[in-house]
Amino acid sequence: MESSPEIYTEVDSPEYLTVEQAIVNLKGEDQGLQYYAAWWLGKFRVREPEAIEALILALEDERNRTESGGYPLRRNAAKALGKLGELQAVPALIACLDCSDFYVRESAAESLEMLGDRSCVPQLMKLLAGGVAANQPIPGCPHLPQPCGAVIEALGSLGATEAIDIIEPFLQHPVELVQYATARAMYQLTQNPSYGDRLVQALRGDKLQLRRAALSDLGAIGYLPAAEAISETLAENSLKLISLKGLLELYVKNYSTGSSSVSDTAIHLMNLMDDLL
Amino acid sequence: MISNTSALELIQAVDQADSSDSLLDAVEALADARLEEASPKLIAVLSYNNPGAAVAAVDGLVQLGEVAVLPLLNLMDDYNYGGRAWAIRALAGIADPRALETLLEAAATDFAMSVRRAAARGLGNLNWSKMLPSGVNPAQKRVFATLQLTSQDAEWVVRYATAVAWQGLGSSVKLSQPDLVGKIIAQLEQMLANDADLAVRTRVQLALKQLEEIES
Repeated sequence: MESSPEIYTEVDSPEYLTVEQAIVNLKGEDQGLQYYAAWWLGKFRVREPEAIEALILALEDERNRTESGGYPLRRNAAKALGKLGELQAVPALIACLDCSDFYVRESAAESLEMLGDRSCVPQLMKLLAGGVAANQPIPGCPHLPQPCGAVIEALGSLGATEAIDIIEPFLQHPVELVQYATARAMYQLTQNPSYGDRLVQALRGDKLQLRRAALSDLGAIGYLPAAEAISETLAENSLKLISLKGLLELYVKNYSTGSSSVSDTAIHLMNLMDDLL
Repeated sequence: MISNTSALELIQAVDQADSSDSLLDAVEALADARLEEASPKLIAVLSYNNPGAAVAAVDGLVQLGEVAVLPLLNLMDDYNYGGRAWAIRALAGIADPRALETLLEAAATDFAMSVRRAAARGLGNLNWSKMLPSGVNPAQKRVFATLQLTSQDAEWVVRYATAVAWQGLGSSVKLSQPDLVGKIIAQLEQMLANDADLAVRTRVQLALKQLEEIES
């Protein structure tokens, strides 16, 4: 599951701020500027120690609240920290998994996945307590009780094989995106092709949004048997190219002989990509 | 007259489509009919924000070939980057060198990466035999210069398309401008050493391999 709209962005963003100004804004009083600065620091991968410290501090912000009690600045800070690759953010992000705001928990789970530090696995597993029954859609609410999809994807990427038994039942979850996240994680944890095939099947679904999600998932797991289905599904070429890039890079990383030769499998993937340009 | 009647019906079917599926069917039927008068409607479909229908429309325009070039150049949607990217793809597929200026400008300056990548790819694929012979060498040098720019693009996919284009350009200038082939190989080797993305470097390797094969 890929909930971020960012990968669909076609237009290159201009830089409105400087690093110094963004850090000043983040530490300042203006909530709008703070919120934007947190996003900006992540977007432009600013890894200055001062930026990291200010973002970690922003995870405990109490001032910026939505009407329903959400924490917008915490959400953006959590997202940014995932992109900056600094492991010192891990304990504070783990603490965010207990935040009352669903979107803070979701952003923290996604960022912990990106940081790749396994110390968060027990707390991530806790969010799946009660299984599918405890995570049914809530009428009138746009999200589930817990960010199951993000948590399951993180556990898959972190190689948390100890979580297989609690993840597997989510293949039957009523929300398709959660099913995909589960198939993706189960493939990563077991390498069983039936889970990859579940995602290939999703490429033939009716809804564009779901096909896009499946493209993203297949690229993330580098599932080679999906190559043709990826190139043929009805979706934007940009997304198909990103998906095939995932297959190509994982294949080359795993099977590269170190010589300058290019294998037939890689050539086949690149022929599919060339046709999508 | 029969063709005009059926063209009108096929075009109306596109206008009347009321679902994604029926639009796709109607566009495919219009594209398969290979009617010159269908070009403006197929070009309009490129801006409908429906990737399935756009693919079918691009296929139809590429099949029409040269007769679709001027309508594409004249009717391209400058205010919709999705539509523009598909139109550039169609021009790249037709490979008519009358699109040269449009492709050069799009590859170097368009703000949408999907447009830049399609244009870069198209530049490597032009059918040079359709150009006045005296114009070919200078035009190929301009393509080389533009591809030098796109090889530094911030988006991996534009750099990937550049590697594909250099392979194409290198193959077509092998006899006419052997010194340019040498320059292309040097550029590709630079990308192989420096590019941040494994997928781009892998495509560069393939381009080098193909160019070395035609060299020997």
